[in-house]
Amino acid sequence: MNAADTIMIFLILTNLSLLASSRFNACIKIVALQGVIVGLLPLIAANGPLTIYSYLLALLIVTVKGILFPYLLKHTLRSVNVRREIEPFIGYGASIIIGVLALIVSFWLTTHIPFHDKILSTTAPAVAFFTIFCGLFIIVSRVQALTQVMGYIVFENGIYIFGSALLIEQSFLVELGIILDVFVVVFIMGITMFHISRAFDHIDTDRLREK
Amino acid sequence: MTDFSTLLLRAHAGFLAALVLAPLVPGIINRTKAVFAGRQGPPLLQLYYDLFKLLRKGTVYSGTTSWVFRIAPIVSLTAAIGALMIIPCAGASPAIISFQGDIILFAYLFGISRFFTVAAALDTGSSFEGMGASREVLYAALAEPAFLIALSALACLNNRISITGIFIASTENPFANIAVILLTAVTLAIVLLTENCRIPADDPNTHLELTMIHEVMVLDYSGPDFAYILYGSSLKLWAFASLLAAVILPVRTGSFMLDSIVFIFGIFAIAAAVGVIESIMARFRLDKIPKMLIAAAALSVTALILTLMRG
Repeated sequence: MNAADTIMIFLILTNLSLLASSRFNACIKIVALQGVIVGLLPLIAANGPLTIYSYLLALLIVTVKGILFPYLLKHTLRSVNVRREIEPFIGYGASIIIGVLALIVSFWLTTHIPFHDKILSTTAPAVAFFTIFCGLFIIVSRVQALTQVMGYIVFENGIYIFGSALLIEQSFLVELGIILDVFVVVFIMGITMFHISRAFDHIDTDRLREK
Repeated sequence: MTDFSTLLLRAHAGFLAALVLAPLVPGIINRTKAVFAGRQGPPLLQLYYDLFKLLRKGTVYSGTTSWVFRIAPIVSLTAAIGALMIIPCAGASPAIISFQGDIILFAYLFGISRFFTVAAALDTGSSFEGMGASREVLYAALAEPAFLIALSALACLNNRISITGIFIASTENPFANIAVILLTAVTLAIVLLTENCRIPADDPNTHLELTMIHEVMVLDYSGPDFAYILYGSSLKLWAFASLLAAVILPVRTGSFMLDSIVFIFGIFAIAAAVGVIESIMARFRLDKIPKMLIAAAALSVTALILTLMRG
């Protein structure tokens, strides 16, 4: 049982608790926690000496995902008039069950993909798939725009876990580009949500046709 | 290697200790709650006094009840005693009865006891008790998968499918897989609280229609029958607490006495923890309890997957 495995289990638990919580405040906290864990992953994964770039990257990701995103999401939450997801398309009990099924599928999936030996931990690719599935599932199963943005962030976390799990030599510039993209998306979604809530009095993406 | 008669003697000693000490556990829970609330609380031995008092009294049976109502307390007490016979007192020695797959027997002995309690509650013909029976069955149906999956995770982790085997293997190789052990421990703790009708699933103190689940089903019992039920539920609490204690406290010093003392104090510590939980938490809304149990099942499935992946 090494450190990486323990972190992977924490990531599984953050995903499951995200699927089960309905309050935006709790969701934002969970997403922030997951972002911090994901950001610290490359520092633990590195098998050679850590370069200045890995520290910079970790610092950048922890700042963006652990501080900036929660701040932006909370800011949006204040400007819109909702506190919780009231009626998602799929209920919370069913969401957890689907989450567990997704976990099983992800583990099954990774047994069928050949990985090279230099892998962070045997559970890591499965957890990456699981995080990606959870993110996508949250995007399609939740009604409120704010939760959908969080689903997008979780989805991106999953891709990032996959990268660090396979110990892909991360180019600092590429990572920088990705984090900039994600940041811009969350930023723009915040503005969009503000306008949706101004026009409709809610951010329910299912009811955009009615006034 | 200790010889067979010593092992048998130890198994019986552990079993007797459980039978004698079990009514102390609710006392410890109540005392912890009293300390938290700044009260003096009932004496630690209150349940013993209650049991002796009830055993001396006569019973009253309602005219609508049949034989089902009369045998239910005896069946549930017998089932609880039977379950205690499968559980070793400490990791160092085997239980009185042990065979391959007795984890399933353990789960379903309590299933039998629940079936008879529920049938007896329906037998009284009271709509109030019928409601309690319905809730009890709902939560049991959700707690059962969580419990069985957690047990199978433990069985896979230790490569044994008997409770004695799991207990001994987990002391031989303590904390082999800390994550799996933590996940199963949390699941077992949630199942313990639900199955034994403690907060947050059920409030053992209230006699209000809205909150009662287990208490309501035994309202019609009196005298020795009620004593059997109270004693049976304290044995059930002991059985679940010892399972949890074996998972989180795999101590093996080599001496049977010392192991047993540590184990029994572990159970008392779990009782105190239950008391703390009851003091700092409110009872969940009824529709939140299934969610909690589904979450517990999700944790145990995660634990099982992690054990299976490890091979």
